[in-house]
Amino acid sequence: MNLKLHIWRQKNNKANGAFEQYAVSDISEDMSFLEMLDVLNEDLIVEGKDPVAFDHDCREGICGACSMTINGNPHGPEKATTACQLHMRKFKDGQEVYIEPFRNKSFPVIRDLVVNRSALDRIIESGGYISVKTGSAPDANDIAVAKSKADVAMDAAACIGCGACVAACPNGAAMLFTSAKLKHLNVLPQGQAEKKKRTLAMVDQMDKEGFGSCTNHYECEAACPKSISVEFISEMNFEYAKARATAYRD
Amino acid sequence: MSTLEGLHVIGEANFSDHGANRLGASALMQGLADGYFVLPYTIGNYLAKAELKKIDADTPECKATVKEVEDKINKLINVNGTKTPSYFHRKLGKLMWDKVGMARNEAGLKHALEEIPKIREEFWKDVKISGTGAEYNISLEKASRVADFLEFAEIMAYDALDRDESAGAHFREEHQTPDGEAKRNDDDYRYVAAWEYKGVGQRPELHKEQLEFENVKLAVRSYK
Ligand code: SF4
Ligand code: FES
Repeated sequence: MNLKLHIWRQKNNKANGAFEQYAVSDISEDMSFLEMLDVLNEDLIVEGKDPVAFDHDCREGICGACSMTINGNPHGPEKATTACQLHMRKFKDGQEVYIEPFRNKSFPVIRDLVVNRSALDRIIESGGYISVKTGSAPDANDIAVAKSKADVAMDAAACIGCGACVAACPNGAAMLFTSAKLKHLNVLPQGQAEKKKRTLAMVDQMDKEGFGSCTNHYECEAACPKSISVEFISEMNFEYAKARATAYRD
Repeated sequence: MSTLEGLHVIGEANFSDHGANRLGASALMQGLADGYFVLPYTIGNYLAKAELKKIDADTPECKATVKEVEDKINKLINVNGTKTPSYFHRKLGKLMWDKVGMARNEAGLKHALEEIPKIREEFWKDVKISGTGAEYNISLEKASRVADFLEFAEIMAYDALDRDESAGAHFREEHQTPDGEAKRNDDDYRYVAAWEYKGVGQRPELHKEQLEFENVKLAVRSYK
């Protein structure tokens, strides 16, 4: 198939960016979206032009690197699918496709489609861990985890930290991401001791990074390649309010 | 901890109890088991006690490494040939898949050892990279990786040729049972092969780390 691409080109964080047009031809419908970009890049390199920079690593939907907005949808039009897992058969011959980086003030553009998502890492660093004693290993089964809790923790842990929720949100909020990371640990028995501290630290860090706040558009859940539920956001708000209100006791 | 102070080999890289082959599930299990049971005794314990001094960028080692990397980048950019890094990646990949895959044999491995230096030579003469080394540059990144692959592929082929037996995912077609199972030769190959890099195009040097089995008896592994 042949496609007309409009791709956001931006040399670096200081430069101004703009859409540029490219034509790609003979694209197989079995290719992934990233493979289609690989084909374009091969041609560009041979022509002596700069290839389109985009992030990728696993190409199997588990690393969260392939951030890009395709025709207005973070990760493209397919539900619960990352850009690397999106197949070209979802596009029509002759279609025009707009490809741009995830847009958010806290995700500065590095080049073309590549943005710096370290803000999400800093949210995890602020509290997304369980402190352990060093020097001795725990016994295998000395902390029993209820099946119902393990399941919820697993659902939350499915978040791959891609940032599509942020790019989809009209407020630029990172609440779906933060709430998933919080829920993952807060629901487990191992996570109880630091629950309050963790909730306060991660939410505060999220605000410090300049992300917006949720006003219930639910665009995040719709864009999320892992179908993380917005229920986690309500719970995060509840836990945060509780932790704030009782912080004086600690 | 490895023989280098502070360098721990753990998780997927630890091969103490699955043999040297890292295949999907055993690698995953090793990561999980090491993470839970071995980490607290090792890295965690090390970090809790270690004095982590700041390393100055002015140390001779650091300066030498920076220079080495800069020279390599300049060399890559200056080739200015006609073929993309992916062209060489694919060419090497096809050769490795065909000749140094799970099933390999002497003739195929010798062929690969003749071909890899040729691809490497062509790479350093004809690779084309866009842009410069002073910017975020995906074709330079890819080319640097392919340059590494072109060296590592050769060591893999040397190792596979040297180990004249079948073991795990190293299936030498010459060594199989009548029903197609891997046939080991424990008398001659009961060692871990540690290859010492001697420079591009030089035959790496083999160091044998003998395996001593004190508690378990070596037996045939059969999935039947
Ligand atoms: S919640 Fe979904 S969209 Fe947001 S970072 Fe996690 S996986 Fe990506
Ligand atoms: S490249 Fe890893 S999720 Fe797409």
